[in-house]
Amino acid sequence: MELLVALMVGVLVAASVHLMLARNVLRFLFGMILISNAANLTIFVSGRLTAEEPPLIPYGADVTVVGAANALPQALVLTAIVIGFGLFAFALTLVYRAYQNLGTLNSDEMRLAEPEPATKSEPSKTYIAKDTTP
Amino acid sequence: MSWILAAPIIIPFATAVLAFLFRHGPEGRWLSVIGSAGMLVASVMLMIEVLDQGVVAAQMGGWPAPFGITLVADLLSAVMVVITGITGLAVAIYALADIEERKEQLGYHALYQVLLAGVCGAFLTGDLFNLYVWFEVMLIASFGLLVLGGNRAQLDGGIKYVTLNLISTIMFLSGVGLLYGMTGTLNLADLHSAVQEVENPGLLVVVAVMFMIAFGVKAAVFPLFFWLPASYHTPAISVSAIFAGLLTKVGVYSLIRVFTLIFTTDIPYTHTILLWVAGFTMVTGVLGAAAMNDFRRILSFHIVSQIGYMILGLALFTPLALVGAVFYLVHHIVVKANLFLVAGVARRIAGSTELNQIGGLYKTAPFLAFLFLIPAFSLAGFPPLSGFWAKYVLVKAALDDGGYVIAGVALAVGLLTIYSMTKIWGNAFWKPHPAGVKPTLSSLPTKDRAALLIPIAALATLTCVIGLFPEPFVRFAERAAEQLLNPEPYVTAVLGIGGAE
Repeated sequence: MELLVALMVGVLVAASVHLMLARNVLRFLFGMILISNAANLTIFVSGRLTAEEPPLIPYGADVTVVGAANALPQALVLTAIVIGFGLFAFALTLVYRAYQNLGTLNSDEMRLAEPEPATKSEPSKTYIAKDTTP
Repeated sequence: MSWILAAPIIIPFATAVLAFLFRHGPEGRWLSVIGSAGMLVASVMLMIEVLDQGVVAAQMGGWPAPFGITLVADLLSAVMVVITGITGLAVAIYALADIEERKEQLGYHALYQVLLAGVCGAFLTGDLFNLYVWFEVMLIASFGLLVLGGNRAQLDGGIKYVTLNLISTIMFLSGVGLLYGMTGTLNLADLHSAVQEVENPGLLVVVAVMFMIAFGVKAAVFPLFFWLPASYHTPAISVSAIFAGLLTKVGVYSLIRVFTLIFTTDIPYTHTILLWVAGFTMVTGVLGAAAMNDFRRILSFHIVSQIGYMILGLALFTPLALVGAVFYLVHHIVVKANLFLVAGVARRIAGSTELNQIGGLYKTAPFLAFLFLIPAFSLAGFPPLSGFWAKYVLVKAALDDGGYVIAGVALAVGLLTIYSMTKIWGNAFWKPHPAGVKPTLSSLPTKDRAALLIPIAALATLTCVIGLFPEPFVRFAERAAEQLLNPEPYVTAVLGIGGAE
């Protein structure tokens, strides 16, 4: 079971690295979702994976069954998923706004904050960018 | 006892809520100032408590460590919280005149307070996963502040900032997962002993490097710093200043914390990596700054360069080197935030931060020139300002340790720092203004002038005080470094005597 999940983490990371190497910022973001899920699975595995023994304390006992999964990493994963979701929603909105305002998703063309060195000698006109949003 | 540890976190959060409710009126910005002042008071009280009693710890919700979440303050945490309070208040006052109403209505002050809460939380937590949560609080607030107002350069810089910081977060999270799998605990004090019992020390080093990368991105060390010079010069000056002062330093603090408390099992390996990183960070940062032609972009690259000095202190891992690192950390936050604030005033009265579009500030605004010289000289390491002592201690530590090359690098970088400071000086202050404008401070409205200049003057005074009377500060740094190297009191304070509550 651990081996399977470990392989899955590997595949997810490989796929996400492939996506993140793309110039398109949106593909980069999709890569980001995959890799954050890979991280979540890593935490999940670290608390042992047991197929038929839920980490519940039986009635009348004080501790869980011996060999049951550790529930703490599962709680951590839940927190991480919630936070990751929030961050991703923000990042997606940001990319969308950037696409509206900059007119591109190509990260190579996003040079507004760092203009090409060639324009350095003459006064840069793009530096204090006019706010075009209504 | 737990309230004194929680207060520096709760006060900014409470202020954030109030500031958000009152964001449409002038009350919001004053609430932000009052909240920051309250936080400063709370942090000073915490500092007194820590000086008095040694390491202070509290279990949140009454769950005993290592099961619950611990808040803990040793001298390093306490001084970081105090310095957060000082810069936080200074920038909150500066923001009175700097932030336009449109951004206030979008919730600038609330985000600012949440940022301060996140920073304090990161300094005070004693739990690794909780540290992750505080990082996220800090990140989401900083994302908001960075793109607030949404002009195009901000969006451009914001994308780079957000994406690279998200990668660092994921690295951190994976590291936390793997470390928990190996040790079964996430409490920092508990981890201190738990890592000694890990069966496979090689795996531990792998996890250590994952943390190094995660915190390295936050601290903007070579080769992970690209997001910083791409984004720090785009938002409002107040935002630039607080980011420059505090955010990267949270990364440095976390590095110092985990590489003195947890990952000390293979010092020759991990700390050698850190030493190389420190050297390259210093050099690339200062060279990048030399190539820039904009007030704020030069300063942004200098943040990177200065981070190298702090990492150097950690990498040498001798008592004196850690004294230098702690001293540098404190000195740098004050100086760097101040330089950005000066850049903001220069932009207000001369029209730009682009160096070839401004000039003449020395002739018509000599007071501003004076206020610039103090932090600029301190950054470069001129005696008798604070930067001199910080650099002196670090270079001495490197020489004592036999690191002649790295000591030479540190000194050469100091020299190059002067080069880019003179570049700013020559262009912004001495050269006549290219458009013939005569920039004067009296062109500012009286109210704005006070709000802009008082924080700058206060921070400059602090720099001078640290520089002229360094002894108590060095003594303090010595005690803080001693606590870092001998974590027993820290562990005892968190876990109780013998590891059981």
